[in-house]
Order: sequence, then structure tokens, then C-alpha cells
Amino acid sequence: MATQASGSSDFIKNLGKIYGFYTGGFFLFVIALALLEQVGVPNRILGYLFVFFTIAVYAIIGIMSRTAQVSEYYVAGRSVPAFYNGMATGADWMSAASFVGMAGTLFLLGYDGLAWVLGWTGGYVLVAILIGPYLRKFGAYTVPDFMSFRYGGNFARMLGVIVLVCCSFTYVTAQIYGTGLIASRFLGMQFEIAVFAGLFGILVCSLLGGMRAVTWTQVAQYIVLIVAYLTPIVILSYQKFGIPIPQLTYGNAIMDITAREQQMLQTGLATAAALKPHIQPFTSYTPLNFFAIIFCMMIGTASLPHILMRYFTTPSVRQARLSVGWSLLFIFLLYFSAPAYAAFSKLEVYTEIIGRDLTAIRPWLFNWGELGLIQICGKNATNIDAVLAACKAVAGHPGVVRLQDFVINTDVIVLSTPEIAGLPYVISGLVAAGGLAAALSTADGLLLAIANALSHDVYYKMLDPNAPTARRLIVARVLLLVVAVFAAYLASTKPADILAMVGWAFSLAMAGNFPALTMGVWWKRTTSAGAIAGIIAGFGLCLFYLLVTRYFPGYGVAYFGMTSNLNPVTGAPLVDIAKAMTMPNAMEVWPTLAHPLANKVGWFNLNNIAAGLLGMPLGFLVIIVVSLLTKAPSAEMQSLIDEIRKPRGRTVLQEKT
Amino acid sequence: MSVEPVSTPENDRDHWRKTTRLMFGHLAVWFVFGYVIHMFVIPLNKITIPVLNFPLGFYMAAQGSLIVFVVMLFVFAWQQDKIDRDHGVAEDE
Repeated sequence: MATQASGSSDFIKNLGKIYGFYTGGFFLFVIALALLEQVGVPNRILGYLFVFFTIAVYAIIGIMSRTAQVSEYYVAGRSVPAFYNGMATGADWMSAASFVGMAGTLFLLGYDGLAWVLGWTGGYVLVAILIGPYLRKFGAYTVPDFMSFRYGGNFARMLGVIVLVCCSFTYVTAQIYGTGLIASRFLGMQFEIAVFAGLFGILVCSLLGGMRAVTWTQVAQYIVLIVAYLTPIVILSYQKFGIPIPQLTYGNAIMDITAREQQMLQTGLATAAALKPHIQPFTSYTPLNFFAIIFCMMIGTASLPHILMRYFTTPSVRQARLSVGWSLLFIFLLYFSAPAYAAFSKLEVYTEIIGRDLTAIRPWLFNWGELGLIQICGKNATNIDAVLAACKAVAGHPGVVRLQDFVINTDVIVLSTPEIAGLPYVISGLVAAGGLAAALSTADGLLLAIANALSHDVYYKMLDPNAPTARRLIVARVLLLVVAVFAAYLASTKPADILAMVGWAFSLAMAGNFPALTMGVWWKRTTSAGAIAGIIAGFGLCLFYLLVTRYFPGYGVAYFGMTSNLNPVTGAPLVDIAKAMTMPNAMEVWPTLAHPLANKVGWFNLNNIAAGLLGMPLGFLVIIVVSLLTKAPSAEMQSLIDEIRKPRGRTVLQEKT
Repeated sequence: MSVEPVSTPENDRDHWRKTTRLMFGHLAVWFVFGYVIHMFVIPLNKITIPVLNFPLGFYMAAQGSLIVFVVMLFVFAWQQDKIDRDHGVAEDE
């Protein structure tokens, strides 16, 4: 284990220089494209150059990081320094949804959207304190490795694999969908083709070098994504306030928004029903759901296998701990900027669109209207005539845009900021490259988590423990390819259900993994029977709540005492249950979201996105009760847990390499 | 640092006791900044941060708590490392 190819240790020593050159090169590349734009190279070509060159760089890193060693393939040889592992984790963590969608969510929900910002950052505290460093000391290749070792063998391992696949697969499908969406929007490719182009971008990063290749491409992708995310907003802040630090200046934008909200209400440009004041809490979520979402996202973060496995790659336990700090710092850079995007966009919309005469609408809008992402008066805002015609059809329309006339897709907020600021197309291309980097890096992390669980845990540990190294690596790569192609195929069918299910991953991971992982380290008395029962009970309840509220809502009401969720502002039920239950489709199963009860019923008015809040406590309870009822773990196991708790010494699990 | 590892049961128990205490301490801070402070968002929003003009309640959820989490993680890494070193269970550099 200690011996690595000498070439790789040279590489580690020179990391600062290599990525320094890389970052400088990337800036030069952007400047070169800006010059090309000035001399009249068309936007379409610039878009292709951006995507082609960034993917080519990832491919080169991926191919140079190819490996024939098992420990390099699964845990990057445990040689990734804390700082770089932090960057890689940042890219692993921040998905297409964080990059493109987060600011839009904050735009729409105002304060309530901050539940996601808090939830997707605070979980790292739990990773560092409760789980990550201990799993590093344990010496696992995968999270199910720990389950198997601590909880008596392959049954626990299989449960670990099931939880892992359930929470990672929908997530990876959504990422591949994201790559397709970005590629098709900026390159004008057909969506289905763009998905498979994205698949190619994902596979070149991971197929040859496993975790090692994914790590070093993720570092490169982090740099692209953070530069791309910050550049437009920094310029916009400088234009508006003369200070290039948007995170400080957007307080003024919020003040202006609040003043403008009052003004719009008084002048009849907005109805009280259509307006959610930006800083007012609990307009979209009840306080219970607001805090439940924070809680589930935080604990979910600390339970998601593709994040935990990043901390298996550091050279020491100390570095694993430190690396969680770096991870959060790098993630923080994006998440504390997202509210600035939301505020600047909102101010632009409220002052430059709402209240304007229909004939004076700013033209950047129509680009997005054509894609069906901005609607005015209920029709896509494709051009001025379409808008005039649509509003004429609305009875008593005053001829100026009112808040209730205006609908914007959340993806537009980040993507349109360069145009709002009047920046050249090269910045839009940069943003597209950043979004693509975010989607590719997360997809790679997830794909590797799934394929590793199948190849290491299912194939090697359960089916063929005597498999030689070469065959293990071939199986690992074949499975990676199969999972990737399947996910890409699924993404190309635009599966609305799967995309809506991504938020479920956090609750499923939380209910399935968190109690067993933390108790395994922190309570020696936890027995195999206790943990297995706890995983089944917690994960089972969570899955039950998710499936029933979404797919069997009529049965939930009729047999499980579920009631309608409540409107957070008025406190009134979202749906009249008595009436809905008399409808002919009340007991329909697997209904679409249009079904009157789907996602609108539950227990205790709890949104199903926070289902982990039910499953996890049950998991803990069952683990404690069943453990106390069964015989304590052997003295040998207890002393091994002592070993996990001390950073010094060899890893507990010694893998053949 | 070359502390000889003194792996007596008392030393191990003391190490774990301090580690546990540190864990609960940090979880308490995490809970306060992750949840408790945001329960007071409505009164906090009445306060505006001078110069920057953020309502305080909004600011805490958008930035304040996040900064606390980041700082906390580096402090934790340092504190836990110190506990490990004092008990001779830290890794060699």
C-alpha cells in the first residue's frame, strides 16, 4: 500500500505548479475567445470551442491518470492532499442543479430558498465530526465495506449497496440530463445527441483511471466552474455598485427590492397573492418544513456515499479532517454567491420588466422566451408581437407588465445574467462551460460510487473473492460503462419522474446510512442485528412515505391516516380531501403530478422531500433497542472499534492491492 | 513531534472522552447556527446591518451561518489534532 509509482509522487509534489499553469491557461483561453469574438467569430463557434476545449482538457487528465492498480482505481492511492481533495469534493458536490438552479430557487422563494443553502453546507460539519475521518482510518474502498465489516458480513453489505444504488442512481440520471440540457442549449445540438455527447465527456474522465482520474479532473472542473460562476456576478456588482464583491453589495439590492415590492403593491402592479416578499420567511414552506428541509439536506450530505468516499482518498486521517474544511470553503464560495445572483436578477425583473409598457420590454428576454423559459400573459415571450397579442387576450389588461403576468423558469437566472449585464457572448460561453463542468464532475462521482459498489462489493466481495486484480479492474470498468450508458439512455427519454425524485436521495441516504454509520463508530454496543434491523426499518419507512405520498396518495389517505398538507401562508389545506376522495381517480396508482392528491398529502403536514425526518429517528431507535436485546459485539470487534477511533496506526481493513 | 505512543486503556479512554466532549461541543454550535438562530428570523430582520444594508435574519441564513460552519471545521480539525497529539495517537507527519 505504501509504495506508489514514483511518477505519481512527483505529480503530487508539483500539484501547485500544474494547477497554477492550468488556471492561467484557462484565463488565457477565455481572453483568446474574447478576442475572437471581437473579430467577428460567430457565437455558435465560440460555444463549440468552449465545450470542446474544456472536455479535451478533462479527457487528457483522465487518460494521463489511467491506472492498473486496484488501490489507485478505488481510492486514488490514498495520496490526495487535503486542499485538492477539498476542490474535488466541491466539484463532486455541486451539481448542475446547484450551478444553474440554486439561484433561480432563491429568486422564486426568497428567504425560504435559503433552507437549501443552509442544508447543503451545514452537513459537512457532521461529515468531519461524526463519520469521515473514522471511515478513512477504517480503510474502506466503499461505504458498504464498512457496513459489512462492522455488521457481520454480506447481508449488511448488500443493504449498504441497495441504499447506495437507490440514492445515487436517480441523481446520476439527473446530472446526465443536465449535461444534455446545457449542451443542447448552448450548442444548438439535438437534446438526445447532446446527452450522449455528455456521456462521452463523463466516461473519458473516469473509465481508465477510476477514482484517481476522477479526482484530478474534478479539481480541474472545480476551477472552471467557480471562475464561471463568479465572473458575471462580479462584473455586474462592479457595474451597479462600483465594488466587485457581489456578496457584500447585494444587501443594497435587497433593500431596493423590498422598497419596490411595496411600490408595486400600491400601484397595482402586483397582487398580494402573486407577491412573495423577498426577505419574509415562511411564505413557501411552513416553519416545520423549512427546518425539516435543512435537517434532511444536512444529514443527507453526511450520508451520501459519493461524498463520503472522497475522504477515503487522503493520505491520513488528519488530512481527511482538514480536507472537509477545505471542501466546505470551496462549496461556500458558490453558495454564498447564489443569493446575490437571485437578488440582482430580481431587482432587474422588478424594475426593468414589471411596470414597463409592453412595447418597451428589454430584448434579452425574447431569447429565453423562444426556448419557452419566459412567459408573459400566459404565452411564451418569443417577440414583442406575441407578447402584445397574449396580453390583449387578457381581460382588462392595462398594457404594462404586471407581476402576475410574468413567469420565468428558474434556470434562466444564472444563464441570463451575462446578457442582463450586457456582457459579450464569451461570458455566456464561460457560464455554459461552468455548468457543464458542474454536471460532469457530479455525474462522475456518482457513477463511480455506483460502479464501485457493484464491482467491489457485489462482484469481488460476494460473487468471486478470488478474482485476480486484472479481472477485477476489467469488471469495474465494464460495470461503469453499463451503468453510464443505462443512465444516459434513461436521461435521453426526459423522465420527469426521475428528475423530480433527485431530492429523495438525501432522505433515503439519511434514513438508510446515517444511524448505522454513526452508531457503528460512536457506540460500541451496536450489534449486527441492531444495525440491520435499523437500516431496514429506517430506510423502509422513508421509502414507504415517499412512495405513498407520491404514487399511492389515495391509499395513504384511506388506509394510513394521511391528511392534506397545509398552505404555509393561510394555513388552509392544499386540497379538499373529502372531495378529492370521491373523485373517480382518487385511488389511482402511479399517477402523474397533476393528480389532485399526489405530493399533497402526508403525516404531520410534512413535505415528502423531508421524509428522512421520519425514517432516521426510527432507524436510531430500532438500532438501540435491538442492540440492547442482542448479545454485545465480541471483544475482538470492540477493540477494532477502538482502533478506528485512533488516527495512529495501520488501517483496520487491509486490502490486497 | 515525537510523542511515544502510550497505549494504555486509561489513555485511550481519556482520549475518547475528550474527543466525545469536543464532538458534542461542536454539534451544539452547529445546532445553534443551523437552526436556533433562524427561528428568530422575524425579529432579526428588523435589524439592518449598517453600510451593507442586509436585514440581519436574512444575512444569517445567506452568509452568517455558512461562515461559522467553515471556520468551525478548521477549528475542529486543529482541536482534534491537538487531542490526538496529547494522547500520542496522532499520525506521524
